[in-house]
Amino acid sequence: MTNDPNKTGHNPVPEVGTKPSAKPAPKRFAMSFVAPVGAFIALAIVGQLLEASTNQYVQLVLLFMCANIIFATSLNLVNGFTGQFSIGHAGFMALGAYTSAYLSTAVVQNPSFFDFIWFAIAGGLVAAAAGYVVGLPSLRLRGDYLAIVTLGFGEIIRVILLNTPAIGGARGLFGIPRPKEVVLGDFVFTNFYMNYLLAIFWVILTLVVLWRMVHSVHGRKFLSVREDEIAAQSMGINTTQVKVRVFVISSFFAGIAGAVFAHAAQGLTPATFGFTKSVDAIIMVVLGGMGSLTGSVMAAAVVTLLPEFVLRPLTDITGIDLRMVLYSLALILFMILRPSGILGTRELPDLWRKNGK
Amino acid sequence: MANKNMTSTKIAKGEVVLDAKNVTMQFGGLKAVDNFNLQLRAGELIGLIGPNGAGKTTVFNVLTGVYKPTAGTVHLAGVDTRPLKPFKISHLGISRTFQNIRLFKELTVLDNVVIAAAQHAEHTLLDAVLRTPHHYREEERLRQKALDLLQIFNLEGKANDEAGSLPYGEQRKLEIIRALATDPTVLFLDEPAAGMNHKETEGLMETIAKIRRDFNLTVVLIEHDMKLVMGICERILVLDHGVTISQGLPDAIRKDPKVIAAYLGADVEGGH
Repeated sequence: MTNDPNKTGHNPVPEVGTKPSAKPAPKRFAMSFVAPVGAFIALAIVGQLLEASTNQYVQLVLLFMCANIIFATSLNLVNGFTGQFSIGHAGFMALGAYTSAYLSTAVVQNPSFFDFIWFAIAGGLVAAAAGYVVGLPSLRLRGDYLAIVTLGFGEIIRVILLNTPAIGGARGLFGIPRPKEVVLGDFVFTNFYMNYLLAIFWVILTLVVLWRMVHSVHGRKFLSVREDEIAAQSMGINTTQVKVRVFVISSFFAGIAGAVFAHAAQGLTPATFGFTKSVDAIIMVVLGGMGSLTGSVMAAAVVTLLPEFVLRPLTDITGIDLRMVLYSLALILFMILRPSGILGTRELPDLWRKNGK
Repeated sequence: MANKNMTSTKIAKGEVVLDAKNVTMQFGGLKAVDNFNLQLRAGELIGLIGPNGAGKTTVFNVLTGVYKPTAGTVHLAGVDTRPLKPFKISHLGISRTFQNIRLFKELTVLDNVVIAAAQHAEHTLLDAVLRTPHHYREEERLRQKALDLLQIFNLEGKANDEAGSLPYGEQRKLEIIRALATDPTVLFLDEPAAGMNHKETEGLMETIAKIRRDFNLTVVLIEHDMKLVMGICERILVLDHGVTISQGLPDAIRKDPKVIAAYLGADVEGGH
């Protein structure tokens, strides 16, 4: 290669997946595993420390946070990166949650740790299939059709769950297991911790997959659809295919988020996946920044942790449930003061670079 | 489909690359283009001129598949393009710029070009997710290709700037670069010199002539700037109210009374 990386620009914000690198491709392939595996090990250690120092309530909230991170980032792929507008994302989460829950209760007895991975994948695939059925007709059309169709879809799923006795109907599905505890000599990994490992595995996998997609030539196509669909088509991009693909991938990960949620909560009712759940995801995406994975992770953390650790104590004192009031207020304020969200389209590496200047 | 291979097969000079026959485009009661005919031969540089609202851009939109013609046929290298979507037509080797600049404004200059080159990517989304060696090689190849194209227009220094932040003239250039990145055989330029000053226009003329030679292109140009059109086009078509009122060599066009009437008197007579 004769290219000189310094020649390419004075403003060093690499937006294309490949940064100029002298390293040969096979080595970069090998190196690409370092960050995810490292993150998993680090989070696994943090989990041990947290388990020793916090109560089960805090740990449960952290598991919900993991589910919400996957939920929010998957929606950001559609609403943020590709510029479509889906408002029934909870429907896909519900499909993943119920599928994984049903498999672990009614189908497989005494599931092992690795069974839970297959349950989640099955949940994701069911959600992805639904995403294909919903997305194929509605994404061919322009404008707000997707919003209307997904809104209807979310409600249809909820009503179906409500009226299916095999999965508990309105009473819900309870006794959803967690992975069994693992004993290694004197050391005990509790079932809570094993569940935590599963959750962070899915969080990291989701983030890695989405990040890599977006930061590649093919992921840039998603963005081109958001920026200008007519221009994208004229440049040879099959925009319908891109949109359907994105929607199916997003639905898959929403299903995974559902599976993580199901085994954390250990109980599901159709009411959990109502319209407000979809709105939660939209709030996270908008707050964090449409088109920023980092933003969605941050917003998902804030939106999960804030109600539990700040608003709940506040409710106990005042006797009024202020959660939705404050959500609305926060959204209105954000739309006025910072319409692009906390991070806009920037990501973590961009922030570091800004500080370095 | 083996569309991509078709574009790579060398088309001999003088061979018909695009054949539009009796194309009519009607929007409700308005006939924007009426019975338009164009035979485009490989290597030609054709100018499409006419007063405002003459239907020039509509002709482009029909030929590039954005609109389906109400009547008539369009063949590109022998393939009927009417049932094809615009992205398929792009794969067949047609590329274009837009009169009202349609860049991917919030993306970088480099990304704008790389996205257009992506139709020739040999790696898949799965490669990208697994970060295979193949992925790194392909990304690097496309990136390098984009940078090389930017260099032709001296924009490589702004590769990482946001496209929307470029000055107007450079945005127009970037549109041309992006169109070139799809490896077209026919390039449609919709008012490439709009908003440019005299000197910039002259520079652009040279560049258009150069890329046409270097990339072996057939070029169709919409332009208001008569000097630009007369200077570089070999053949000129004049549209007025959707009708082709004249075509031929620049010198003949300049003297054609119908053309002069259209440019100087159409507003008075037609009063649109």
